[in-house]
Amino acid sequence: MADAIIRMKDVNKWYGKFHVLRDINLEVAQGERIVVCGPSGSGKSTLIRCINRLEEHQKGQIIVDGTEITNDLRDVEAIRREVGMVFQHFNLFPHLTVLENLTIGPIWVLKTPKAEAEARAMKYLERVRISEQALKFPGQLSGGQQQRVAIARSLCMDPKIMLFDEPTSALDPEMVKEVLDVMVGLAEESGMTMICVTHEMGFARKVADRVIFMDQGEIIEQNTPDAFFDNPQNERTKLFLSQILH
Amino acid sequence: MSTPTVNVSKEQAPTSGVGMFAWVRSQLFSSPLNSLLTILSVWLLLATVPAMVDWFVINANVSASTADQCRQSTGACWAMIVEKHRIILFGLYPYDEQWRPLIATGILVCAIVLSGWRKLWNLSLLVLWTLALVAVAILMWGGVFGLTYVENSQWGGLPLTLILSTFGIALAFPLGIVLALGRRSNMPAIKSICVVYIELVRGVPLISLLFMSAVMLPLFLPEGMNIDKLLRAQIAIILFAAAYMAETIRGGLQAIPKGQFEGADSLGLSYWQQMRLIVLPQALKIVIPPLVGLFIALFKDTSLVVIIGIFDLTQAAKVALTDQAWRGFSVEVYIFISAIYFVFCYSMSKYSQLLEKRLSTGHER
Repeated sequence: MADAIIRMKDVNKWYGKFHVLRDINLEVAQGERIVVCGPSGSGKSTLIRCINRLEEHQKGQIIVDGTEITNDLRDVEAIRREVGMVFQHFNLFPHLTVLENLTIGPIWVLKTPKAEAEARAMKYLERVRISEQALKFPGQLSGGQQQRVAIARSLCMDPKIMLFDEPTSALDPEMVKEVLDVMVGLAEESGMTMICVTHEMGFARKVADRVIFMDQGEIIEQNTPDAFFDNPQNERTKLFLSQILH
Repeated sequence: MSTPTVNVSKEQAPTSGVGMFAWVRSQLFSSPLNSLLTILSVWLLLATVPAMVDWFVINANVSASTADQCRQSTGACWAMIVEKHRIILFGLYPYDEQWRPLIATGILVCAIVLSGWRKLWNLSLLVLWTLALVAVAILMWGGVFGLTYVENSQWGGLPLTLILSTFGIALAFPLGIVLALGRRSNMPAIKSICVVYIELVRGVPLISLLFMSAVMLPLFLPEGMNIDKLLRAQIAIILFAAAYMAETIRGGLQAIPKGQFEGADSLGLSYWQQMRLIVLPQALKIVIPPLVGLFIALFKDTSLVVIIGIFDLTQAAKVALTDQAWRGFSVEVYIFISAIYFVFCYSMSKYSQLLEKRLSTGHER
């Protein structure tokens, strides 16, 4: 792929003796939507966390937007400005208001003036339909509201790539839809590259350009959603799909 | 369609369940053991409180001009405090110049109170304390603006206690933060230095550090190089307190979930930005109770400088008691300085409660 925004070549990672990522080769084009699924312990979260260096890979190459991830802190910080992440447990800053959570990145990292950062924050809060909570603290919001704030917080940095690490797994069922709606809206309206680790297969069918199945640290199968769900090739994929609702 | 009304008879609550009698019954006499304890407590109060009130207030003497007049009354001799308060509060500072330490004390107290005002929690705090330091230095030392020079071996009493503890806390706190962060660092050299420092300093009593600073350090310094004794004591106090604060702050840092660091990382915040904006505000908020406890303990620990001949409030009190004309009233004097210590320590404690309430954003348990 010529204009791949993420390139992973022969990436290997070990946690101590445990080989968590095995010879990962993956290329993600700009604007592509990828859903990564697989059983727990398969390394899917580790894979996307390696993209913004929340985890360090021991072998192989990861190149994000032309910059290779190395031990050099400046490269890492440059990459993190381009890559936004939404976590399973939100990771909002509880001592700051919602508005402050959103403006802290732009003000201190992008050096945006405060008024402009706040205007941008309000715009994104409206986009995730939560602007009336701007002056509340995260502890006063429900799980679904917190996750939408987390998505808005990442968007405020105007990233080129958004990573989602099981964004709805910690939410009550009735809140899952509101977050998925935001993610679908994001996918359809912006040209953002999205990589999402999730078990929500309805979301994958609706939005994904490619579904990747991982098991035991390897990429077993990847295909378009329809082909993936209706016509799995590999035995392990078939086993996994039979165990989940899709 | 309306629901039919039903007559519900109004029942009164049982009489023994409400009111004063019920409260006494349930709080004080609810079981044989509790009843016994209540009776014992009442007996204890009756045996001690009237006598104490009598001694403290009713028979106390405030206006006697000599010790013999005071000894004639059976109550406390507060007249001695009236007579001796200047030497207790200001030590050996020249009598005519004592307005200077008085104003210096006032400036320090003002600076402390202003530091508690959250609107000032930025660079203006640094400006405030620099100005306070300069003002206190000018007032206490003199030698400029027509003030007579008073060398610091003559300083004493409350201003000295306040200076030692205020600058001790103010400088030990940032040092403690740096040590705590350093101990958690991944860089082996920094981590080792911090660990060694903390464990060494925590392993010795403050008295021995003060003693070393006063007696041993001059032996090691090159010939002719003299560091002021008060400054040495101040540095010893700062270094001592910083080690304890470092460990308390490190406890707070450990309580911050990894997700906070990851959230900050994912936004691209640098290490120092993370610490300053995200981690330390949360960590320090968690450890306000033990940290203020350390501040309070440090304030009282400054009384140990008596071992190296610096006249703090406690030592000044002892000197006041050496006056043979007013001997025998040590209780009154110690109650007086205890009251002064209590006012400062209780204010710190109350302020910390206020701070905790103000900083709560609804995510604590």
